[in-house]
Amino acid sequence: MRRIISVLMENAPGSLSRVVGLFSQRGYNIESLTVAPTEDETLSRLTLTTIGDDHKIEQITKHLNKLIDVVKLVDLTEGAHIEREVMLIKVKAAGAQRAEIKRCVDIFRGQIVDVTASLYIVQITGTSDKLDAFLHAVGDASILEVVRSGVSGIARGEKVLSL
Amino acid sequence: MLIRALRDEGVEYVFGYPGGAALHIYDAIFRQQDVQHILVRHEQAATHAADAYSRATGQVGTVLVTSGPGATNAITGIATAYMDSIPMVVISGQVVSERIGEDAFQETDMVGVSRPIVKHSFMVRDAREIPEVVKKAYYIAATGRPGPVVIDVPKDITSPFETFPYEYPEKVKIRSYTPATRGHAGQIKKAVQLLLEAKRPVIYAGGGVVQGNGSELLTELARKLNYPVTNTLMGLGAYPGTDRQFLGMLGMHGTYEANMAMHHADAILAVGARFDDRVTNAVNKFCPNAKIIHIDVDPASISKTVTADIPIVGAVDSVLTDMLALAKESEETPDAAAIKNWWQQIDEWRDNHGIYIAPRYKQADSGKIMPQDVIKTLHEVTKGEAYVTSDVGQHQMFAAQYYLFDKPRRWINSGGLGTMGFGLPAAMGAQMADRDAVVACVTGEGSIQMCIQELSTCTQYNLPIKIICLNNQALGMVKQWQDMQYGSRYSESLYEDSLPDFVKLAEAYGHVGMRVTEKDDLKAKMEECFAIKDRVVFMDIAVDNSEHVYPMQIAGASMRDMWLSKTERT
Ligand SMILES: Cc1ncc(C[n+]2csc(CCOP(=O)(O)OP(=O)(O)O)c2C)c(N)n1
Ligand SMILES: [Mg+2]
Repeated sequence: MRRIISVLMENAPGSLSRVVGLFSQRGYNIESLTVAPTEDETLSRLTLTTIGDDHKIEQITKHLNKLIDVVKLVDLTEGAHIEREVMLIKVKAAGAQRAEIKRCVDIFRGQIVDVTASLYIVQITGTSDKLDAFLHAVGDASILEVVRSGVSGIARGEKVLSL
Repeated sequence: MLIRALRDEGVEYVFGYPGGAALHIYDAIFRQQDVQHILVRHEQAATHAADAYSRATGQVGTVLVTSGPGATNAITGIATAYMDSIPMVVISGQVVSERIGEDAFQETDMVGVSRPIVKHSFMVRDAREIPEVVKKAYYIAATGRPGPVVIDVPKDITSPFETFPYEYPEKVKIRSYTPATRGHAGQIKKAVQLLLEAKRPVIYAGGGVVQGNGSELLTELARKLNYPVTNTLMGLGAYPGTDRQFLGMLGMHGTYEANMAMHHADAILAVGARFDDRVTNAVNKFCPNAKIIHIDVDPASISKTVTADIPIVGAVDSVLTDMLALAKESEETPDAAAIKNWWQQIDEWRDNHGIYIAPRYKQADSGKIMPQDVIKTLHEVTKGEAYVTSDVGQHQMFAAQYYLFDKPRRWINSGGLGTMGFGLPAAMGAQMADRDAVVACVTGEGSIQMCIQELSTCTQYNLPIKIICLNNQALGMVKQWQDMQYGSRYSESLYEDSLPDFVKLAEAYGHVGMRVTEKDDLKAKMEECFAIKDRVVFMDIAVDNSEHVYPMQIAGASMRDMWLSKTERT
């Protein structure tokens, strides 16, 4: 099962490599990873998605918790949550394609953020599934470049991941 | 400042080796008296010696090495300590801060290289951080599930030309690190309940009991309940080896009775043990009828390979104290009739194949000394009271099986990593820990050559350790596997024509060398060896070279499936 794990950790040199190292060392895979400082500048928040059964996820969270730099973590997929990913995509947009792609962007509530005579840069925000669906809709033939931010997430309701 | 911090931390000994990036630190060592430095002959030995010092005393061992090759030479020892959860602080010199990342002379990314084999690591970026980093390093190394911590110190940080105000912190608090202490009361209650209801219980105690100072409590609990106890390779001594309730070691080369009891148990109390693959054999066939209580300070150890029915996260001593109190209070007592039957069954197993009831090995046709007899003689001559360090191979397993340890911290071996070369430097560390103790290093002619240079360190510091070399002229354990699985094709496990004369070698270092080839001489020579109190004695004992270690679990099967000799299996 796909899981989204959000980790608060010390914003210190080496912290990130310990987290990433743990995954390769123990043979866990990382699907996506994002990390940035938080409102408290001594802390970074790292969000990663991984795939595994309950046993594996339990091991992953236990081992992450064992890292000295990890302050707190939560498996967002355990409860209601919001997940978002941002994608920028450069597509060929010439002739008849231009209108076609514009329509598709509208359907997915994306934005065209840059334009030349022959291409668009489109920005789409949403769940990873939605982003996948957009790519599918546009079709490989028109896609020149794709960049995705990786998943960020937050729990719904009162639950807060902080100190 | 660094050495001052070590002194304030209460560090007595530093095992190390100097070099460019560490020279400021070495100069500071020269100019003080409190912290004594032991100069080894290879950085690997420094880590093993510090590690054994820790195993023998329970204190944190300290290592100091230079950057680059000094740091990388320490890696094997750090990994050894990591696998066995031994608290250790390794201080490595580093090139000056400005040069980091430029492939400077003797630059190695020590924090990076050691990352997967440390509990934590620090790179000091400002001299003012030194006291706090040192304090944190020792705290992290020693608490929770212990382990090695690296402090990488760029040379400019230890420059004597700059001074800073110094204050050693009394306490540390690390917001992201709160090692488990007391176990969950509800879980402990359930565990005691399950134990009291058990009909075929086994207590399975590992290195965590030794490390967590839980031996006395465990012994009291086991005696109170009259339940059988088995120890892992790392746990030997956690329960007295000569006690009636002790089944011997379990696992790959565990005793018949310990492995049988585990397989047939209906309740297992696992304490400070981690269900290692060398214990469980095939996990899916492990103890099919047992409910499992697992006490460990490290939550990640619980249900890692074998799922626990009652997991208890907590410090071993605290949890055992609580369990003992409950067991005493409880109106329930163990089912005496069932336990009696269980002991009958165990005694039957012992009678059939137990190695402590009767020798289960045959004397060799060649008339050569049997390795098992060497260990038994060692036990007799040292009255079972020596610190015994070991290397890795058949000799290690014979030592584990036949030297019955009645006290914790006396058996010092590399269980998790299985590091050949550990024995001799470990014996030095144990001897440093207790200068009056009898320290024996049980080794093989293969392993001893991996850190043989330390014979020189023993000379320098008058460490009168006794080296008991079971010389079978081969990488015996490799050869055993080749016999059993590769049609006796001895690929690269033989070297008998090129072995050194160990007696002369010992003498070259200023030690006493002895060679034993005759059975009848063994005991007298061993007595002679241990009568020499103030010198290293190297006993090169020619043992039968075709012997295998038995019992041996059959790969891929359950715990009860064992080879009992070359021809007999369960
Ligand atoms: C550093 C290292 N290299 C290789 C091994 C693999 N290994 C395990 S036991 C063994 C043979 C050890 O030979 P010896 O020290 O003579 O002991 P014996 O088995 O003959 O008693 C080897 C090569 C190891 N454990 N450690
Ligand atoms: Mg050998």
